[in-house]
Amino acid sequence: MTDTLSVEHLNLTFENENGAVLALDEISFSLARGEILSLVGESGCGKSVTAMAIMGLLPPGSAKISGSIRLGPTNLLDLNEAELRNVRGNRIGMVFQDPMTSLDPVHTVGMQIAEVVQRHRGADAKAARSRALEMLDLVRIPDARNRLQAYPHELSGGMRQRVMIAMALACNPEVLIADEPTTALDVTVQAQILELIGELKSELSMSVILITHDLGVVASTADRMMVMYAGRIVEEGPVERVFSRPSHGYTAGLLQSLPGYGSTLRSHLTEIAGSVPRLDHRNPGCTFAPRCRFATGHCNAPLPDAHEIGANHRSLCIRDTAVFEAISNHEIVRAWA
Amino acid sequence: MAIIESAVPSHPVGPLLRHMGRNRAITLCCLFLIVLVLLAIFAPVVAGDPLKIDPAHRLSSPEAGAIWGRDHLGRDVFARAVYGTRVSLLVGFSVAILTTVFGVAIGVYAGLSRIGGAIVMRLTDAMMAIPAILLAIAFASILNAGLLTVIIAIAIPEIPRMVRLVRSVVLGVRSQPHVTAAISIGTSGLALIWRHILPGTMGPVLVQATYACASAIIASAVLSFLGVGISPEVPSWGGMMADARSTFRVQPVLMLYPGVLLSLLVLAVNILGDRLSDTLDPRKSRRTSL
Repeated sequence: MTDTLSVEHLNLTFENENGAVLALDEISFSLARGEILSLVGESGCGKSVTAMAIMGLLPPGSAKISGSIRLGPTNLLDLNEAELRNVRGNRIGMVFQDPMTSLDPVHTVGMQIAEVVQRHRGADAKAARSRALEMLDLVRIPDARNRLQAYPHELSGGMRQRVMIAMALACNPEVLIADEPTTALDVTVQAQILELIGELKSELSMSVILITHDLGVVASTADRMMVMYAGRIVEEGPVERVFSRPSHGYTAGLLQSLPGYGSTLRSHLTEIAGSVPRLDHRNPGCTFAPRCRFATGHCNAPLPDAHEIGANHRSLCIRDTAVFEAISNHEIVRAWA
Repeated sequence: MAIIESAVPSHPVGPLLRHMGRNRAITLCCLFLIVLVLLAIFAPVVAGDPLKIDPAHRLSSPEAGAIWGRDHLGRDVFARAVYGTRVSLLVGFSVAILTTVFGVAIGVYAGLSRIGGAIVMRLTDAMMAIPAILLAIAFASILNAGLLTVIIAIAIPEIPRMVRLVRSVVLGVRSQPHVTAAISIGTSGLALIWRHILPGTMGPVLVQATYACASAIIASAVLSFLGVGISPEVPSWGGMMADARSTFRVQPVLMLYPGVLLSLLVLAVNILGDRLSDTLDPRKSRRTSL
């Protein structure tokens, strides 16, 4: 498989007058053609910031970024603003979390989709309009011809998210970044949108980065997953490998926190005690150690690089065997084994 | 749903006009403004000579030749009031347009540029610390007398208000997800401002422009009343009130005619601004109400 997008040694620091915050720490990953890669982790772990960095949407003054983000042969970090604009929406499309506010309320959805096509393909208004119609059909919006004239407030949440997807895909991008595309939607609509993204991925043979905090979404949609914690990738691998052999204390904690597994109906939901550490001063050891059930004294020592657990499956955790042994009887792990 | 069924392609101006037609306040204000505009344009047809002095009929009551009577120099009060409409409307509309053009341009710049924004804001603070009418009087005395001077003198103190308003709206709009989304599809610079940021500011700007128009009409009357700017023989409502002051005990109506006209005009403009901002807000779903 060829890599569409590869990120290497991406470090990101936000600086302000109170000091620096290390938001991303040595992030490296690659995205193969036709693959759905899922970024998982709790709020503030760096999922969305990774997406913003790829799109070049970070505030230029305060964000200091190093490493490389390669789309094909070009390093996106070397591009200037004008060159980046030709990438955005054209070669990388993005779908945002909240479809209620991500569409401009003063333009019809048809116009907003047409704008992308006009901007990147130089199409005239008529061609752009017919492309917009085609896109609305593609994202399965019924009665697309009349919907072109609709303003965003006239559409439901699920419909608006479909419009966002249509906008993101109007120029046939190589990569679609979906930043929690289903968080603001109700459960039945979530399933439809995820199914749509999966189908379109195959139809258009593009790659997808799916950002989510919902392991259920990962299990049903993604090919490969990356678990992030406090700006680091703590575990990555094919979905079935990670689910069948969780090899990081944080992944294990996430799996155990899923409601409905390993708990009876009225029992308390399992949680991971504590909260994400502050990112301004970093200990060289495992950032998750203070919250980890499996942590030992060694976890606070400087951490070795991620090691292979199995084929394409890597973990930062030095206690991976202990973690797996403890969780191997969990329902999900047995189901995937 | 009815909303969807009515989503037929049509030019937005059609429904907007129909909506305005159904709102009685807007209709009345528009009618009043149209009448005044027509009077201003066709003043020579409607009224007699506003400058002709007729000392024999000083302060005479309404008569065939002068339906609102004559002032202390025997000039036709109705003719002067009709011609005075010209000054008021011209100053009001010009100031509204100048304020909008400069205010929006500077305000958008201030909202998008961090350093530029800080400088512009300090300047507007400084200008707004001085009462607008004092500033206008100062400008009017520095520059040569004339209508243009009055317009510029009134517009300059109005611009900082518009700048502040536009900047605050732009700051809000620019951080909205739909603007980030527009950037994420590659929309750039001017297109982003023109298509995604400016439309969001139009409601508040329109209202502010009508307020600027209304306050400019009052300010121009004040300047004429004080005898600054426009020369006294040009008929203006402020000048008429100043003239009527000396004969107030004998003929109080001379003060009343321009005063009432001025109040009604300002009221109409203000109401129009308020209602228009409601009508133009896309989130208030005008389609559902049609």
